[in-house]
Amino acid sequence: MIKFEIDGKKIQAKSGSTIIEAADAAGVDVSHIPRFCYHSKLSIAASCRMCLVEVENGRKPLPACATTVTAGMKIYTKSHQAMQAQKEVMSFLLINHPLDCPICDQGGECELQDLSMGYGRTSTSFIEGKRSIKDKDIGPLIATEMTRCIHCTRCVRFCSEIAGLRELGILGRGEHSEISTYVEHSMQSELAGNIIDLCPVGALTSKPFRFKARAWELRARAGIAGHDCLGSNINIHIKRESDSQPERIMRVVSRTNEKLNETWLSDRDRFSYTGLYHADRLARPMIKQIGKWQETDWETALTVATQKLQNVIAQNGAQAVGGLISPNSTVEECYLFQAWLRSLGVPHIDHRIRQSDFDHQIQSPLVWSTCKCVQSLEETTSFLLIGSFIREEQPLITSRIRKATQGGARVHVINPVDFDFHLTLTNRCIVSPWGMVCSLAAIAQVLFGNDKKKLNIMPKPIAELIRQQKPNTVEHDIARDLQQDKAPLILLGALAQAHPYFSYLRVLSETIAIEIGAKTLHLTDSANEAGAWLATALPHRRIDGVSIKEPGYNAKAMLAKTLKSYCLFGLEPTYDSAYPELARTALQQAECVIVCSAFKNKAMLEYADVLLPIATHLENEGSFVNIEGTRQSFQRSVNKPFAEARCGWKVLRVLANFMGRPGFDYQTVLELSSELSRNLENDLQSEHIPPVDFKPLPTVSDNTVWRCGYWPIYRNDSLVRRAEPLQVLTVEQDLAKLRLGAALATHLKVNNGDRVSVSSDHPDAKPVTLQVLIDQRIADATVCLPSGLPDIAINGPLSVVRITT
Amino acid sequence: MQHNIVCFRTRHLDQPWSLENYRSVGGYKQLERILNDKIPPEHILERIKQSALRGRGGAGFPTGLKWSFLSRGKPIQKYLICNSDEGEPGTCKDHDILMLNPHQLIEGMIIAAYVLGTTVGYHYLRGEFWHAFQRCEQAIKEAYQEGYLGKNILGSGVDFDLYNTLGAGAYICGEETALIESIEGKRGWPRFKPPFPANYGLYGLPTTINNTETLASVPVILQHGAKWFAHLGGKENGGSKIFSISGHVNQPGNYEIPLGTPFSELLNIAGGVWKNARIKAVIPGGSSMPVLPGEVMKRTRLDYDSLSKAGSMLGTGAIIVMDEHTCMVNALACITEFYYEESCGQCTPCREGSGWVTRLIKRIEAGQGKPGDLDCLEQIAKGIEGRTICAFGEAIAWPVRSFLKHFRAEFEYHIEHGCCQVAARVR
Amino acid sequence: MSSEEQIIQLTPEICQAIDQWVLKYPPEQKRSAVLAGLRIIQRAYGWLSDERMRALAEYLDLPPMDVYEVASFYSMYERKPIGRYKLAVCMNISCHLCGSDNIIKHLESRLGICMGETTSDGLFTLRRAECLAACTDAPILQVDDRDYYKRVTPEIIDQVLEQLHQAGRKKGRDDAT
Ligand SMILES: Cc1cc2nc3c(=O)[nH]c(=O)nc-3n(C[C@H](O)[C@H](O)[C@H](O)COP(=O)(O)O)c2cc1C
Ligand code: SF4
Ligand code: FES
Repeated sequence: MIKFEIDGKKIQAKSGSTIIEAADAAGVDVSHIPRFCYHSKLSIAASCRMCLVEVENGRKPLPACATTVTAGMKIYTKSHQAMQAQKEVMSFLLINHPLDCPICDQGGECELQDLSMGYGRTSTSFIEGKRSIKDKDIGPLIATEMTRCIHCTRCVRFCSEIAGLRELGILGRGEHSEISTYVEHSMQSELAGNIIDLCPVGALTSKPFRFKARAWELRARAGIAGHDCLGSNINIHIKRESDSQPERIMRVVSRTNEKLNETWLSDRDRFSYTGLYHADRLARPMIKQIGKWQETDWETALTVATQKLQNVIAQNGAQAVGGLISPNSTVEECYLFQAWLRSLGVPHIDHRIRQSDFDHQIQSPLVWSTCKCVQSLEETTSFLLIGSFIREEQPLITSRIRKATQGGARVHVINPVDFDFHLTLTNRCIVSPWGMVCSLAAIAQVLFGNDKKKLNIMPKPIAELIRQQKPNTVEHDIARDLQQDKAPLILLGALAQAHPYFSYLRVLSETIAIEIGAKTLHLTDSANEAGAWLATALPHRRIDGVSIKEPGYNAKAMLAKTLKSYCLFGLEPTYDSAYPELARTALQQAECVIVCSAFKNKAMLEYADVLLPIATHLENEGSFVNIEGTRQSFQRSVNKPFAEARCGWKVLRVLANFMGRPGFDYQTVLELSSELSRNLENDLQSEHIPPVDFKPLPTVSDNTVWRCGYWPIYRNDSLVRRAEPLQVLTVEQDLAKLRLGAALATHLKVNNGDRVSVSSDHPDAKPVTLQVLIDQRIADATVCLPSGLPDIAINGPLSVVRITT
Repeated sequence: MQHNIVCFRTRHLDQPWSLENYRSVGGYKQLERILNDKIPPEHILERIKQSALRGRGGAGFPTGLKWSFLSRGKPIQKYLICNSDEGEPGTCKDHDILMLNPHQLIEGMIIAAYVLGTTVGYHYLRGEFWHAFQRCEQAIKEAYQEGYLGKNILGSGVDFDLYNTLGAGAYICGEETALIESIEGKRGWPRFKPPFPANYGLYGLPTTINNTETLASVPVILQHGAKWFAHLGGKENGGSKIFSISGHVNQPGNYEIPLGTPFSELLNIAGGVWKNARIKAVIPGGSSMPVLPGEVMKRTRLDYDSLSKAGSMLGTGAIIVMDEHTCMVNALACITEFYYEESCGQCTPCREGSGWVTRLIKRIEAGQGKPGDLDCLEQIAKGIEGRTICAFGEAIAWPVRSFLKHFRAEFEYHIEHGCCQVAARVR
Repeated sequence: MSSEEQIIQLTPEICQAIDQWVLKYPPEQKRSAVLAGLRIIQRAYGWLSDERMRALAEYLDLPPMDVYEVASFYSMYERKPIGRYKLAVCMNISCHLCGSDNIIKHLESRLGICMGETTSDGLFTLRRAECLAACTDAPILQVDDRDYYKRVTPEIIDQVLEQLHQAGRKKGRDDAT
């Protein structure tokens, strides 16, 4: 620690701190040094010169952001010299800056405006013409008014340092320099929206929010982002009700949480709110009467739902009912959903809509993940990433990994497509989905392949698979690196979870982790997977953690078996399920489908009987459990969700009430949450469960073709799919192509642009016709065709497909 | 007075740049001697310190002292850079050294590298110096052939590789850290210091940068001895210096003469003020240095100390002479416009201030001046000075402040009458 | 996932010339050759198109923005097509004192264009140059970023224009180094 003085107050700071860091750490009551280019998360530019302070015995004022403190230093931030310098810099900044705050979208939340007030002196002495700069179109998210730019370069540094993409640069020189993408184009980064927050002036503002409201008309409510498993903290800005408009969510911005999202937010979490008031939004309960939909009141809708469901149960037993809930639902919703259905005797309950392989589910841990590792990601030096388009799945976790790589960390990847993560990868195994399992087995072989003892205690097919491998140099390299690293981290992504041999991947990665002392982390592309496990929205486990002897059907089986009735909560199975074809058939054939959803779609109107409108996560109350096992509660941001929609937990509670189930008397979500907490705190004891058989190894022929069907970032859930600015970025025509490598193209005798038909590998699968696009990033024996797109329903995001030319 | 005895010592020869001619004046002898006799680097460093050689790139920093900052011991890659970016208006000496005596620069660089323990050097020429670049390429090729460059120079076990590199049109790349960025293939944005290049230079490694003239002086210093060199000039003002005298003189040119020579003597050498006009003003060190009235200059010697006493600086030794018919408002507008065009744009005061002063002065020149403009001008200049990352800020501020200091009446006349005093008088 | 644009390739000669420069720098510092690469491309085609800059970025393993930033920072790079000859007149203090204004006026009237423009026959582009470091020979004209014409007068300008006019009819550009 170093001792020094700021404005006469004695202060200590870590050696190597800059003056501004030390002053900020000491708090505003000590001093607040004005700044524009400085940002604690970005490299130091020292170029705006706003932070000039006087240092005793200094020849001239020094920039506080770039000057390190030394013992005994005496710093004056408000002395005549310092104020003079700050004032003059301010007047330089203002000469070319428009002084029309009242019409600027940043008005009221502008750092330049705030600071210039403090200095009083406006630059009336400037009468030369102001510079004006042409605005750039950088896409649907960010509006530019580059004449307002003060060249602080925060946005440029953000893009290259945090987003990993040199999209913005400084073009030109001197007074003529401009911040710009070179060739005008939409920014590609999935973190681009952060530059709106970073820009201290109104040069970069939110395009969807533009001119919709002034800062002072809004009130902010804390919320938790609901599109990935990080649980980013957000502030939701709401415009009060007026005569002309009901209360509305106008914008979402980031709320700092150093442990999770730091000060950042992904564009998906920032802009998904734009889907809230989409025409598809369910405003009132609806019932289908003799094939015709009609809006109705809650009482009627609930009565109809109750009757229909009770009818099915009376006639076919509760076994004929299945319940599917979205893993983006809150813990409370998951809990009530399973409690309600279980109280009716329904055994088929699941949230794992994207999973294909449920083997070994009994053996999977009670809690989804216990690895507190988000903050330590940056210190991790070796990563093995299995089955993930991580940049799209987890934008902010990716940026932490990026920072680690900037410090020299190595990232090894096993994936079916050579996705671009905008970070430096050390090793890549780009192999077919089955090849992914083999590569992992090969790594295991390098690590302990000769150890008979270890192999013998493993499930037979897995031991056999490990023995069969002939590791290549890349696999050797990865194994060596993991072995040599102190604390490597193995990450399994959404593609691993959707993998038809997920159980193999899981067991192999855990075995490897134990062998080398690594941690493993399952990244999920939903907000509350961990919470859904805890709340046991699962067919095989009760809330007390005890496994059920004869488990109900899992999410896949439920759809494959075509039950008489389905209860859906918060999802659109024809987009969200790993089995969209199965889902459509099963739901259409069912006698009664009750849907709790914020949105309707065409298919839903065909298969459903009752639609109950619920809140989206931005309007909801409850809690999410993130990837680290942290449970974060949030309160309702708005007085009431859209139109007649209700918070999901209330709908479930009332459904239970209507069906005469006892024990569903919660008055508030808090009551429910605390009951749940009590349940969860009960020691969850893992029982000893005897090993189960693994399914045998598949037979993979030379002609087997696998599909990689990842969910594109903005096709991931109901809300983002309706967020129009984000959809503009999702060029569907580009996605809806069948991408494959040149080798497979030759093998199939197809060329770029040819039309082929693709279908899942079962006899009566409906084929889809698509254009071929040759893309070197796709692994051998693999085609890439994303999931979640309209009119492309193929079962199995990572399974064998048939292609006919 | 001795002319052309250091950097220009081959100037009198036909094809002064040839290796042969350079050898004929004792070229590469010092390098051979040092390597053959295994003279310890510290000895040479001591010589350089004694010679009172100061940087010829503008700032006049003592060269020996600069060299001592690069710690010899550390076993990491270090770099030596020669700065031939020469862009300061009025300055054109380095170009002549490169055209007339490239081998002397190369010998100077090899010796410097030997003293500093660097094995790689870059010679950065401004992009417009295409022909000088060709000449240096040829000279380096010859030096490699003769075994002066490359691995195991003259069998001594010393290695040094030297490469010419080219800029592409940016005055700021003469600033040492901008130059480093430029070699790294980036925009020429000066770096914040500290760390200084001696600790964090090219590719983040310890680096020493010197001007062309500084490095080219080294072989001669070692040939004739530190004392000889020091005595050419006054105290702390060792050696001779190339003065580029331009503007309103009869024989503009580069003259290598001892430091401390009276300005009036140089003016005579340059044939006096043209057209029999009277001298009005002189900028003694490149356009960024403060201007001085001709009368003051006539009393001043050309060395670091005398000029700073007179209120200006030696800078690059580029002397710009203005006769009595020069409009000082017009001259200042021309100077600030250069800095406006060349500001890198990084720091607020420089980026915004350079445009502001230029527009303001042009407005005054155009007869649109207003009362208060001059105070405002002064204020802007003060607001830039000392507030920027690199010394470019001073380069804008000093001309403005000095022109106002010495020729304020002329500016006031412009504002009051909406026209030029000089032009009126000439008419 | 996108990135299907057709990528313009640099010619083998250009690549070879760039390789010579890459060799001057440490192997992991290929970026250092950006300035040279741009100059080589400009020499070959007269100016720098977006596609060629992108190709250079690709060749040197850099984000295209790294190349664009450099190309827009340094004043010798032309990012729009220009005339066959670039005529750059220094307008800074020494040249200014020695009458560069007149030289520019003369050029403008002879060529029938203003500063910064290109003649309609595509032969000449007129540019303002910042101090070319030949102040003792002011005023200075530089042609094509290479050849200096010192102490120019309207008569010398006329001669130079005539010469270039003659030569300009012969097609092609010289070495790509
Ligand atoms: C704006 C600016 C431009 C400069 N231009 C040059 C230049 O063209 N040539 C040069 O040698 N030094 C130039 N310098 C000085 C260099 O930064 C550096 O001090 C010099 O190269 C060191 O060499 P020396 O110690 O041998 O003088 C410039 C400095 C500044 C601030
Ligand atoms: S003072 Fe001017 S030239 Fe120097 S770094 Fe700052 S902006 Fe660039
Ligand atoms: S905040 Fe320190 S210079 Fe910008």
